[in-house]
Amino acid sequence: MFAGRARPGEAVIKVVLRVAAAVAMVTTIGIVFALIVPAIGFFREVPIFDFLLGDRWAPRFADASFGVVPLVTATLWTTAIALLVSVPLGLGAALLLSEYATPGLRKTLKPILEILAGVPTVVYGFFALQFVQSTVFREWLRLDTGAFSVLAAGLVMGIMIIPTVASISEDAMSAVPMSLRQGSAALGANRMQTSLRVVFPAALSGIMAAIVLGISRAVGETMIVAIAAGSQARIVGGPLEQGQTMTGFIASAALGDSRVGSLEYNTLYAVGLLLFAITLTVNFISIRLVRRFRQAY
Amino acid sequence: MSSSADAAPMHLRATGQHQVAPEVMRPIMEVENVDVYYGDFRAVSEVNLDFGLNEITALIGPSGCGKSTILRSLNRMNDLIEGARVEGEIRFHGENIYGKDVDPIEVRRRIGMVFQKPNPFPKSIYDNIAYGPRVTGMKVQSMDDLVEDSLTRAALWDEVKDKLKQSALGLSGGQQQRLCIARAISVRPDVILMDEPCASLDPIATMRIEDLMQELREHYTIVIVTHNMQQAARVADRTAFFTAQPSEGNGDRTGLLVEYGTTAQIFEDPQDKRTEDYISGRFG
Repeated sequence: MFAGRARPGEAVIKVVLRVAAAVAMVTTIGIVFALIVPAIGFFREVPIFDFLLGDRWAPRFADASFGVVPLVTATLWTTAIALLVSVPLGLGAALLLSEYATPGLRKTLKPILEILAGVPTVVYGFFALQFVQSTVFREWLRLDTGAFSVLAAGLVMGIMIIPTVASISEDAMSAVPMSLRQGSAALGANRMQTSLRVVFPAALSGIMAAIVLGISRAVGETMIVAIAAGSQARIVGGPLEQGQTMTGFIASAALGDSRVGSLEYNTLYAVGLLLFAITLTVNFISIRLVRRFRQAY
Repeated sequence: MSSSADAAPMHLRATGQHQVAPEVMRPIMEVENVDVYYGDFRAVSEVNLDFGLNEITALIGPSGCGKSTILRSLNRMNDLIEGARVEGEIRFHGENIYGKDVDPIEVRRRIGMVFQKPNPFPKSIYDNIAYGPRVTGMKVQSMDDLVEDSLTRAALWDEVKDKLKQSALGLSGGQQQRLCIARAISVRPDVILMDEPCASLDPIATMRIEDLMQELREHYTIVIVTHNMQQAARVADRTAFFTAQPSEGNGDRTGLLVEYGTTAQIFEDPQDKRTEDYISGRFG
């Protein structure tokens, strides 16, 4: 009476979906392999502690030195500055869009944010170099800085990341049930209290995901820092100094003519692997934090 | 227009122990000539209704009759809905809550609300109760005492006293709804509005809420919207029957108040044919 009818369409869809999932997984595994194999070649010649703790980065000099700390400091500076810009402004924009904006205002603001996300990073790079660094910092503010600075690169990178942070955290806030806002309002809370004490904690896991994605983009962003942060690998002591980031080094070295399998070639992959490890660590830490603090509804 | 005492079937007879509603009502809220609009659409028209101090008033009627709309107007929750507008006067202790200098946030603190679906915050039980006093800046001697007192009044303390730090979402539906009542009580309102508070609860949880309402009426004035006529008959001192009527011109249906009286009178001696049809199950 309930004999099954063959549903060939279902089977096809299942296969298609599995293939789609497999492509993403295989690619990730492939990338990890492609990073690890040359990196192992690098660490055969350079001890891992010299790499991680050394404070002189001069891979192409006669007395080559492979201390990655200068590159890491530059990356930390640009990333930190970018986050200081993008997290408050991105969350503020999300709060505005999800809690305060009328439908009309939302319809105007969202496309503007999306345009910001659509600007090619090379344009941002030149904007940082020509306008922010050269015009604003040097001509207008007469700051004591050279042709490049991690501050200019970080600021502009922060602006670039705002739409990412804003759009993902806005989705998370909008997903918080209306009934919670009503419950809060019925107790005599104003809109800001409702936003910060009810909506924000309830949307925390999505907001953290937005910030983590922002961090990943800042750590991995290449073009802006390659153009505006500088190209000398020295430990960065302040925001107005220039500095070469990890991605900046990879971009500049990859343009060169290093022979496949050479130490110089393998260096790229060692730095790439470190970059990958940092992003992964940030991801893991944030997942843990979210599990601990989130208020699931 | 029958006014016979047999209008309501036996099970709908008013049975609540408190239905000796005094003939003289001491009104705490007065609704006068109120129309509520959503944009151009008039959802309810010309409602006149008083709510007596320490009484339970039930608003009943078919879907779309505007009873929830009126309820939400009583503490300005309609303000949160785009395009909602209230005309007429709603007075609380004699003051028009739609007056020019009135702060809707203060109105909501004095007139609390419990919703159809339990909506505890995704926080601990303790923080759910402490939320209102914290955001309204209430001067509190001891928050622990206030939390205990609120939960005790909502008949939930004994069940949760050992797990105050646990998430409120771990409670059953009935417990969550009593938590929401405790939360409403925590800011010491005078009036508690309940929008079908038992709609998502099983009969036992419903009975507990109804018992609780009888205890609460000693200290609070309660206005409850319910779809369940037996519930109105059981708990309310007075009952207002609303219905929806096609308005002239377009096909929109506008809610209006048909009849208002003591629960005993509404259920046993309705004056209006529409009331009689509704409570005897011939309509609605």
